[in-house]
Amino acid sequence: MNTQVVHFHPRPETFKQNSQAALADKPLRKSLRTAMDMLMTKRKMVLSDEQELQMLRTLCEHVRQHALSKLPDLLVQLEENLTKRGVRVHWAETVEEAQQIIYGIMETHNGKLMVKGKSMVSEEIELNHYLESKGIRAVESDLGEFIVQMAGEKPTHIVMPAIHKTKEQVSELFHNNLGTELTDDVDKLTGFARAALRDIYRTADIGLSGVNFAVAETGTLCLVENEGNGRLSTTVPPVHIAITGIEKVVANLTDVVPLYSQLPRTAIGQPITTYFNMITGPRRSEELDGPQEMHLVLLDNGRSQAYGEEQMRRTLQCIRCGACMNHCPVYTRIGGAAYGTTYPGPIGEIISPHLMGLEKTRDLPTACSMCGACVEVCPVKIPITEQMARLREEAQRSPNENVNYPIKGQGASHSFGESIAWRIFNGSFGHTKAYRALGWFSTTFRALTPPWQLGWTENHVPLKPAEKTLQQMLAERKQNKQ
Amino acid sequence: MSARNNILAKLRKANAYPMDLPRTEEYYQEMSPSWDNEIERLKHWAKCMRAVKTEIFWVRENNWEETLIQVAQQKNLKNMLVSKNTEHGKRATTALQAASLEVRNFEQKIDDWKDEFFAEVDAGFTSSLCGIAHTGTIMLTSSVAEPRSQSLVPPVHFCLFDTRKMYDTFYAAMQGEKLAADMPTNVILISGPSKTADIQLTLAFGAHGPRDLVVLAVLPEHINPADLEVAA
Repeated sequence: MNTQVVHFHPRPETFKQNSQAALADKPLRKSLRTAMDMLMTKRKMVLSDEQELQMLRTLCEHVRQHALSKLPDLLVQLEENLTKRGVRVHWAETVEEAQQIIYGIMETHNGKLMVKGKSMVSEEIELNHYLESKGIRAVESDLGEFIVQMAGEKPTHIVMPAIHKTKEQVSELFHNNLGTELTDDVDKLTGFARAALRDIYRTADIGLSGVNFAVAETGTLCLVENEGNGRLSTTVPPVHIAITGIEKVVANLTDVVPLYSQLPRTAIGQPITTYFNMITGPRRSEELDGPQEMHLVLLDNGRSQAYGEEQMRRTLQCIRCGACMNHCPVYTRIGGAAYGTTYPGPIGEIISPHLMGLEKTRDLPTACSMCGACVEVCPVKIPITEQMARLREEAQRSPNENVNYPIKGQGASHSFGESIAWRIFNGSFGHTKAYRALGWFSTTFRALTPPWQLGWTENHVPLKPAEKTLQQMLAERKQNKQ
Repeated sequence: MSARNNILAKLRKANAYPMDLPRTEEYYQEMSPSWDNEIERLKHWAKCMRAVKTEIFWVRENNWEETLIQVAQQKNLKNMLVSKNTEHGKRATTALQAASLEVRNFEQKIDDWKDEFFAEVDAGFTSSLCGIAHTGTIMLTSSVAEPRSQSLVPPVHFCLFDTRKMYDTFYAAMQGEKLAADMPTNVILISGPSKTADIQLTLAFGAHGPRDLVVLAVLPEHINPADLEVAA
């Protein structure tokens, strides 16, 4: 079975080129359009009670903001409660630290095979690639992740990783890698994957999972899933490693109820998931199953930068439902791969700059028409467009400017010409005389407007000043009335 | 400084302003669904469960074994994993043996019989802690008698559910069962058999866990099973 990790994938630095390629890919656009239309319709159906929806969104926003307001204390409380229950807690500031911690655990157990439940954070740290370089095989068990891993690709959506693939493409992949018959019967294809993966659960040395919510009050890790692969990965292997970003903690067990109520409905328009798994420690001495040993890796990787300031902190409210992607006119047309980041779409545009720095991701916050669809559907009310505007500002800001809350890669898009242009704009629009002079100049010399205006005229007619300024028209109107 | 101390120091430096507790209880007092009577609530629960392919059989406390055997025979099961240390497990054992179905027990740690467990066990039989009407859910907890994989590894999962232990919402169940006070190592909410829609958004059941979920819903004497099937 070929489940090697991806060795080549688009990078965020080439986002513009990636987008152009994606726009030219007609089958991809068709798959995305069909899938996103269906997801939007289904979401609307299961959240049709507007009063319930808005009250629940407000409550969920409050739950997440409350948790973030006490984040350091809650992390310490979580660690204490997990430790009491026999879980070893590890802290990683960087991707490299997280990789090494996980490899260290594998090495201690002489582990050669890891079975992975769905974990976006493990994608973030490129764990499969890293483990492969150490001679360890890591197999994705979520069906969508299994497919994209087999195809040597990255997930294109955080909830439905293989949404861009047709059943025929999946069948061919399975045929080539698992030796199964070619079929367009989805039940059969699912059965092929089931058979292949049940052997992996049984023989894996380590099971790895993500975390949807970590409860500080009880030391409980919650996993939301439909397939049962998360349950198998966290139950059958002798060692379970969970990995999560530091922001996923909530204060109390009751906090998970409204969040879980929203997550499947907002994500895929499903009233409830098949399984909601709440794990509180490894197997106890008298128990007959569950992991004998359990670890939690808490990853920072730039999240503490986002946490540093109130406006940016709201990025960390995210519960990874993917609704913002499903409703984004940009994501819907280019898909997740074009972003070249672990988290694509609107949430990816605002979280990736913290994880990877603006040097690599400066173009991402510009991939937004500010339509606000993502803000309207966000179950925890993240002001995504505000964040986007702020990140654009930070990318344009001079790299040498001293600010209270510096963002990694500040000034990545800074240009002297644009800076001057904005100063002129600011000066002209901020002073009456200058504004009037600009108006006179623009209307008088409008005939000299260049027919080519940078990128604008690639898709639009040239901008040309009006024949008269607003003041002139108002003055004329006033005169005509008299 | 360690990574832990560095991360905590950065977070504390932000000096975030503490917020009040979220008003979750108020929300659920106001927004919890309600039903005219117990029958309507059960019908709603069953409708949600059946919508995701759960097989529900209304049974009585004194005769649920009959249904267990009938369904097991219909599914051509050869054996079933049953707890020998619970009252319902003992009753199931007696009934299965009388019907010449093999009874298997979780007698050793999973590590010692994994291959056999995955390859040979046809079905697992467990009890449940409670049900949740709103979402069509049953809640199970792990225990020495009924380990978590008993409801997970075998392709068919039979679950005995006392319908008197039904809560309106997950919130009510969490409060009613006082979960936060003493969490077992594993609490699982189940709404149907394992499923996926990862291939071209087409729903397929039996992705990794049980392909079939059979719930034996034990009714109190005052509820007539026929009333639950009308327009259910």
